[in-house]
Amino acid sequence: LVSTEEDKYGVYSSLLLKYFLAEGVVCGHDLFVASAQDPPANILKELPAPLLDDNFITERVEATAAKSEDCQDSMQIAWRYQNAPKVETSPTTSIKFGHYYDVSQKMSPELLQSIKWHSFFLPDEMPLEPKLKMCNMNCGYARLLQSIQSVIYQEGFDGSHPQKKQKNILRIGIQSLGSLLWDDDICSTNTPEDIHSITKFLYVLRGLLRKSLSACIITMPSHLIENKAIMERVTNLSDVVVGLESFIGSERETNPLYKDYHGLLHVHQIPRLNSLICDVSDTKDLAFRLKRKQFTVEVREAVLFHYLEPKRWS
Amino acid sequence: ACSCSCPAAQPCFVACQGVSLTAAKERGQLVFLEGLKSCLDLVFGEEERSGQPSPLQFISGSVSNLKDLFDFVRTSLTPTDSDCWKGRVLLVDDLSVLLSLGAAPVDVLDFIHYCRMVVCSQLKGNIVVLVHGSEDSEDEENKLVVTSLCHHSNLILWVEGLATGFCKDVHGEIKIIKRLSLESTEKDVIQIYQYKIQDKNVTFFARGLSAAVL
Repeated sequence: LVSTEEDKYGVYSSLLLKYFLAEGVVCGHDLFVASAQDPPANILKELPAPLLDDNFITERVEATAAKSEDCQDSMQIAWRYQNAPKVETSPTTSIKFGHYYDVSQKMSPELLQSIKWHSFFLPDEMPLEPKLKMCNMNCGYARLLQSIQSVIYQEGFDGSHPQKKQKNILRIGIQSLGSLLWDDDICSTNTPEDIHSITKFLYVLRGLLRKSLSACIITMPSHLIENKAIMERVTNLSDVVVGLESFIGSERETNPLYKDYHGLLHVHQIPRLNSLICDVSDTKDLAFRLKRKQFTVEVREAVLFHYLEPKRWS
Repeated sequence: ACSCSCPAAQPCFVACQGVSLTAAKERGQLVFLEGLKSCLDLVFGEEERSGQPSPLQFISGSVSNLKDLFDFVRTSLTPTDSDCWKGRVLLVDDLSVLLSLGAAPVDVLDFIHYCRMVVCSQLKGNIVVLVHGSEDSEDEENKLVVTSLCHHSNLILWVEGLATGFCKDVHGEIKIIKRLSLESTEKDVIQIYQYKIQDKNVTFFARGLSAAVL
């Protein structure tokens, strides 16, 4: 379960969500998109186009055939419980993980149609029947859990219907969980009426993920949540927590130290699944930038050294 | 009773010291309540159950206390005629989650209190509890539970990362506090070690004496 703390205007977190879903399309996974604001179909229309060779779309090659690109300085974010790979200098020995995308282009509808996707759009679920109240949880969350559980069961991601088609993975993306649009007031007041709905939701969600072949990314507008205890609990209930801090509108926008970047990526928690140890990468200082075609995450230390060099020329 | 407190970023290695839990479970030596699974059964299971409430019944909101959880613990640990196991240990991983699931701090503390009565006093066993916590935490409910637990614990293992930040060879520090007397804090024995976690093992060493340094 990957929890992403949204940047102030949700620009970059929504981009990360689309990368996650796009990777699912390219890998042939099923998708489940949940949102209370943007219709899932619209989110899917805006997925970035993958950079692949021409044979791909006709042949549907397996996920391991990633192309190497000309970006030695960039690191990719790991979406499941693998870690940010170290920067490799020789492409032949590097571990190929994931694909590359062109954010200036949209994914072709044919590619999107080659996979199966499910959606949950809260406004479409209204009016929520009162009897659906599950565990004293917010109705929207309860309904979403039921929807996810039913997809997992019916499509056999939890091992039921073993005689069905071959095993596949369900990628779940949930946008802006906890926001006012989900009928939760944790973002609008310091003393919310019900602080347990979201944590109960996450606990049950993680239970569903553990017993099925699925991975999930959620984005949360944590900068709006005044009650910090809630985010502490969310962190403990998630496997991976990353926070995006964009420079838009902050003093860092004009700070020369950050001039090459659009924001910082904070890794708050990395997963320790099925082992005692987690592989903590050496680099902790990550920054991101959105170029015309690409969103990259880079190690910021290199920039720091550049500025510490004494100037030799006037 | 023993409490372990870990800040959010630290792993729990107390209960996983190279013992095969699966084998123990098969022998009947281990009763494992898997919270995530039990919760799913409660949330998505059919309305009519066998008549027995789920150990995690409190999540549904139909009851507010943790009596069902306690009953489960008590029944599992109470010796039967064919029982040959010598000691009793209750491991709880982790108590802080119960707060996230809607239990009130007082109910959590009551639960531990009842467990202590049965496991420690009655069955002469031990309880090991894991809680999360950090000094700059703003989770007042959790802090309350941690403070109260520490007051009633004979042994406290306080685990945290290094104040100087991340280090590849030393993952953190563990402070072992032995309470010789639960009435006063004067005679506590405190030992501090640092540790490094490996794949299936944890190595402990005195401060500044990690293998990388020696």
